[in-house]
Amino acid sequence: MFRFLIRRLAMAVIVLLIVSFTTFIVGHMTGDPVELIAPENATREAKEQLREYLGLNRPLLVQYTSYIGNALQGDLGFSFVQQAAVSDLIMERLPATLKLAFTGFILSLVIAVPLGIFIALNRNSVWDFLATSVAMIGQSAPNFWIGLMLIAFFAVHLKILPVSGYGGVSYIILPAITIALQSAARLTRLMRASMLEVLNADYVRTARSKGLRQRTVLWVHSFRNAMIPIVTMAGLELAELIGGAFITETIFAWPGVGRLAVNAVYQRDFPLVQGVVLFAATAFVVINLLVDLLYVLIDPRVKLS
Amino acid sequence: MSVLRRLIPGKRDMLGTIGAGILLFVALGAVLAPMIAPYDPTAISLLDRMQPPMWLEGGSLAHPLGTDNLGRDMLSRVIYGSRISLAVGVAAVIVGAAIGSTIGIVAGYFGGWVDSILSVVINAQLSFPFILLAIFILSTFGGGFWPVVLVLALGAWVNYARVVRGTVMSVRTQDYVHAAISVGVPTLRLLRTTVLPNTLSPIIVVASFSMAQAILAEAALSFLGVGVDGANPSWGVMLNDGRAYLQTAWWLTAMPGLAIAITVLGGNLCGDWLQDRFNPRIGN
Repeated sequence: MFRFLIRRLAMAVIVLLIVSFTTFIVGHMTGDPVELIAPENATREAKEQLREYLGLNRPLLVQYTSYIGNALQGDLGFSFVQQAAVSDLIMERLPATLKLAFTGFILSLVIAVPLGIFIALNRNSVWDFLATSVAMIGQSAPNFWIGLMLIAFFAVHLKILPVSGYGGVSYIILPAITIALQSAARLTRLMRASMLEVLNADYVRTARSKGLRQRTVLWVHSFRNAMIPIVTMAGLELAELIGGAFITETIFAWPGVGRLAVNAVYQRDFPLVQGVVLFAATAFVVINLLVDLLYVLIDPRVKLS
Repeated sequence: MSVLRRLIPGKRDMLGTIGAGILLFVALGAVLAPMIAPYDPTAISLLDRMQPPMWLEGGSLAHPLGTDNLGRDMLSRVIYGSRISLAVGVAAVIVGAAIGSTIGIVAGYFGGWVDSILSVVINAQLSFPFILLAIFILSTFGGGFWPVVLVLALGAWVNYARVVRGTVMSVRTQDYVHAAISVGVPTLRLLRTTVLPNTLSPIIVVASFSMAQAILAEAALSFLGVGVDGANPSWGVMLNDGRAYLQTAWWLTAMPGLAIAITVLGGNLCGDWLQDRFNPRIGN
């Protein structure tokens, strides 16, 4: 258990180093930040001074090391465009992103898990056909397009929900559904497949032939095992959402981390982009670590060696 | 694994056929666009602007899918849009498959530290917010056909590398490979004659799914304003253009999105079916 943890942690650290270094390099290839910050009529000497003041004349590796050192202390740098600390900007937007991420995530689980089990138990029925077809189509349609169509129908045509923005409960409904539909399409298909596989497994057949009640077979022997792949997939989905639902947040003018990042890209606010990438990658890595630990609870066979 | 196939007993290949049919239909539309499109997709006709699709009040048979804000025929634009979207998808698949398969073969065959590096890179790549990196690169270095293709390939190569690596690792333990090594067949020839043919079917399966993914991603990038721009816009660009008129002319957004959904569905159905046929264990 301990060795497993150490190995996973080491991998997580290496991954984050690669991600941060890549972003750092890409950012430096995109141009001189001083040209963006300094006023147009600034003299060469003034620019040079600014460069020195910001530490931009140091070797790249030194700059990177100091960036990482600061990041470990929660300082992700300074956004010159917004005139604010990057970590403050992210923390300010995080509540909105978390609110949307968890609402969408829970909604998708509430749809996918019961539906997936139901159609697995009634396979080849009309319901099965309908649900799998809808899931397949839901997986194929561009998610932002579904969001736009929801706006066109519920906000523009029926006028029962706001088009976009942030506020009361009514504002979160459409973006949450947009997120949930995509994730539910994937999870329903997976839940169904996983349940079918478990139901055909030897231990379930044994349990049945022992004469256990259907309910016991279903919930004690099948459900827990069928949930294992779902936990992995759901973890990945949640991790992606917490990193920022970039397009969904943009469409619905949702003031979260995702929209912050998209705007930062357009404004060439490099420190902010870098900060969000690092934040999103960290969220991804940490949640996956938690998912691995969760395995131990669900599946005692996992020895974590 | 394919879920849909089992739904229709005795017709296991039907959904695959539908998928292939959809792709063929879209491909034909793209190739034959000048012959089948009723109008020039760039022809502006301000008198006909914002006409709804023919089944709505005010629509006409002259413009079955309506017209846009400049009076251009939506059907013709959707037909021509398939050219860009498909071209981007196909090119991204070829570039991604070439890079990913090569790396997968090397890592799978030689193992050791090459393989360790690959698994670290794969992990790093998966934790990257891809769409953010993509718009970052494209907005900095400029969009266009090849930049978009390269960025999409950058996002997709991992999928090929993973699957190919797994296949190569299992092929390498086969007796005939051992036999070939022991009689001194040069490594490159061995890779070409025994390893490469075995990786073909998993590559085709991944290609099918990733073509669908590439079309979706291209649409997303165009939607964010960093896609392939031009006189004949891709479906993603049309979606983005239409968005401004969502309140008054929803079909400007609906039609290109529908075209994307149908094409991607074709790719996904094909992928499901091929995966089932070739090797039920790869994938998830």
